[in-house]
Amino acid sequence: MATKTVEYSLSRSPEMGVDGGNAHGPLFPVDVAEPGLGADPMVINIGPQHPATHGVLRLVCELDGETILKVTPHIGYLHSSFEKLGEYRTWNQIVPLTDRMDYLAPLIYNCAYVMSVEKLMGVEVTERCKVFRVILMEMERIFSHLLWLGTTAIDLGAFTPFLYAFQQREKIYTLHEKYTGARITTSATRVGGMMADIPDGWIDELKEFLRLFPRTLDEIDALLTTNGIHLGRTQNVGVITSEEAVNCGFTGPNLRASGVPYDVRKDNPYYEYETYEFEVPIGEHGDCYDRYLVRMEEMRQSLGILHQAIERLPGGPMDVPDTHVTLPTKTDCMSDMESMIHHFKLITDGVKVPPGDCYFAVEGSKGELGMYVVSAGGPKPVRWRIRPPSFVNLSVISKLAEGHLVSDLIMINASLDIVLGEIDR
Amino acid sequence: MRDHMEPPAGSAFEAVEKGLVTGPAISVRLAATTVSHPTVDALRARFRASVQHHEISAGDQHVVYVEAERNREILQWLKEDPAQHYDLLSDVTAVDFGGGQPLQVVYQLWSVPHCRGLRVKCELPLTALEIDSVEPLWRTADWLEREVFDLFGVSFKGHPDLRRILMPEDYAEGHPLRKDFPLRGRFTRAEQTRRALSQDPHDQGIPGGSSVGREPQMPGGGTLEESDCSEPSPGLRG
Repeated sequence: MATKTVEYSLSRSPEMGVDGGNAHGPLFPVDVAEPGLGADPMVINIGPQHPATHGVLRLVCELDGETILKVTPHIGYLHSSFEKLGEYRTWNQIVPLTDRMDYLAPLIYNCAYVMSVEKLMGVEVTERCKVFRVILMEMERIFSHLLWLGTTAIDLGAFTPFLYAFQQREKIYTLHEKYTGARITTSATRVGGMMADIPDGWIDELKEFLRLFPRTLDEIDALLTTNGIHLGRTQNVGVITSEEAVNCGFTGPNLRASGVPYDVRKDNPYYEYETYEFEVPIGEHGDCYDRYLVRMEEMRQSLGILHQAIERLPGGPMDVPDTHVTLPTKTDCMSDMESMIHHFKLITDGVKVPPGDCYFAVEGSKGELGMYVVSAGGPKPVRWRIRPPSFVNLSVISKLAEGHLVSDLIMINASLDIVLGEIDR
Repeated sequence: MRDHMEPPAGSAFEAVEKGLVTGPAISVRLAATTVSHPTVDALRARFRASVQHHEISAGDQHVVYVEAERNREILQWLKEDPAQHYDLLSDVTAVDFGGGQPLQVVYQLWSVPHCRGLRVKCELPLTALEIDSVEPLWRTADWLEREVFDLFGVSFKGHPDLRRILMPEDYAEGHPLRKDFPLRGRFTRAEQTRRALSQDPHDQGIPGGSSVGREPQMPGGGTLEESDCSEPSPGLRG
C-alpha cells in the first residue's frame, strides 16, 4: 500500500488560522450595514439549473450587499412520488425504485430497503450475503464520497481533484456493471438475498481497486488538505454546533464534523459491524473544512472495512434457502415440480410480509438512511417511506448560510453533500 | 431427473391447488422479545391514560400510541427528561391505511446518549387532521412536517411556515399519498398540462413585499404577467 504523502490530524493547527481570524485573508461575514444604503434586500435566484446546486435545487437568496440575509430553498423539481409508486408494487418490485433515488450510492439504498423488509419478515440472510452487502455498502460510501469530493473541489475552482476522483469512480462503475449489468441503476438486492452470486474475478478486481485507490486519495489529499485557497474557503464557513446539529437532525458525516460521534454502524449495529475494526472520525469545529476532513477519513476507514470484509467473505449460498422467500434455481425449476410452483407463486404473488411496521436505519453515505415499511399482510406495502438524510441536511442550509457571502453559500451547499433525487423522491 | 417422482402428500403442489399456501414458513429468527422498554414504563407512569397502546413490531421495535392532543407535551418530556433524552428526531411521517381508518402520524425518535430508539404514533381521524407541531422542539420537524402536510394534508398547529414542499405551491389536486388519491392524479392529463404551462415563474417563491423579484419587465413596458408570454400557445394546451 502506498505511503501517505501528507499527514494531517483532525485537529487544526494554529498556523492554519483558527483562533482570531483566518490567516488566509478575510472571509468571515462582512458586516455591510452601510448607512444610507438601507434599501430593500436584493433577491437573487440560484438554480434550479445551475451546476453549483448539485442537482435541480433552487435557492432564493435575500442579500444585503453580498451578505446573505436569508436563503429559501425550493425543492421538488425531481419529485417522482416513489413512495406512492411503491404502494402499487410488490415488495421486490420496489427495489428498482430505491436506486433511482440516490444515484450516487445506489447499492446502499438497495440494501437498506431489503434489510428493512427482511427485518419485518424475520428473515435472517446468509452469512455470505451479509458480508457481501457490507462490501457493497462500503464500496458505495467511497463511490459517493468521491463524487462529493470531485464536485466540491470543482466548486472551489480546483479541477484536478475532480478528474482524479472520477477516474476512480469509473472503476467502481465498472464493478457495478460487472455485477449487475448496470452502471447506476443497479437494483442488485432481493428480499432474502442478492440478484446473483458474485461473478468470477469480481473480488480480484475490487482488490485491485483497493490497492490503487489509496494512492489517488493521497494525491487528492495533497492537493486540497493544506491548500491555502481550500482552507480559506472552507474554514469557519457554515459552522454549526453539536447541539444545533442534533436538533436540526443532521446525521452522517455532517453531524460527526460537529463533534457528535453518532454512527449507525456503531450505535445501532447491523450485519455485525461491531466486529469490524474501524474508527468513526469526528470533527471539532462543525464547519465545511471539518466536513471535508471527516469524509476523507471515512473513505480510508471504508477501505479498511473492505479489506476485512473481503478476508472474511465465506462460501456457501447467497440467498436464504427458503422457497417462500427466494426464487429456486433455474435448474430446479426445470426439473422439479415443487420448485416450479414456488417460482410461480413468488413471481405472481410476491413474498409474503406479515402485518406490522419496521423502521430500519443504515449508515448511508449522506447520513442515517431509514427505511420505514408498513405491511398489512398483503402482496404490496401499505406504506413505504424513506427517511431521507439529504432532505433533512439540506433543510438547515438557511441557518448555515446566514451572514455569509454568496460564494460561501456555494461551498456550504457543496459541503452538505446532497443528492436531489433523494430529496425530491 | 425427478420427473417420475410423484409429489408427496401434503406437498406445496397440493397446497397450491387448494389455495392453502398462506403463512410464510420462514427460517425465522422469531425474536419474541417481550422485554419492556424503559421509556415505555416511564411514559405509562407519567402520562397514564394518554399512553393508549404499546406494541412490539418487527421483533424488537417498540411502538407507543399516544393521545394526539398531548403529542407535543409528551414528546417534549421525551426529549428533555434526562433519563429519556431523545434528542434526535429521525423522522416524522404519516401512514394512511385507507378505508376510512384513522391516519397515523409517526415520530421516529433516537437518543444519541442512550443509544435507544422509540416510535411514537398519534392517530388522527380523517375528519380532523390537525396536530400540534413539534417544530419548536426539533428544527428537523420543519421540513418533515411540511412534507406530511403536503402529501397527507395534516395541518400542524404552531408550525412557522406550513406550505407545500415537494408539490408546487399552487397544486390543486389534493394530497398525493392519501389512499383515496389516484395514482395518476385527479385532473386529466390535458388539465395538468394546461396548469403547468400557465404558471408564471415569477410567482414561484420570490419573497413577498420585495419589488426586486418582479423588476425585469418586457421591452414594451408591461410586466411579464401582462404580456402574452405567460399564456401557453394554443397548440400546447393538451
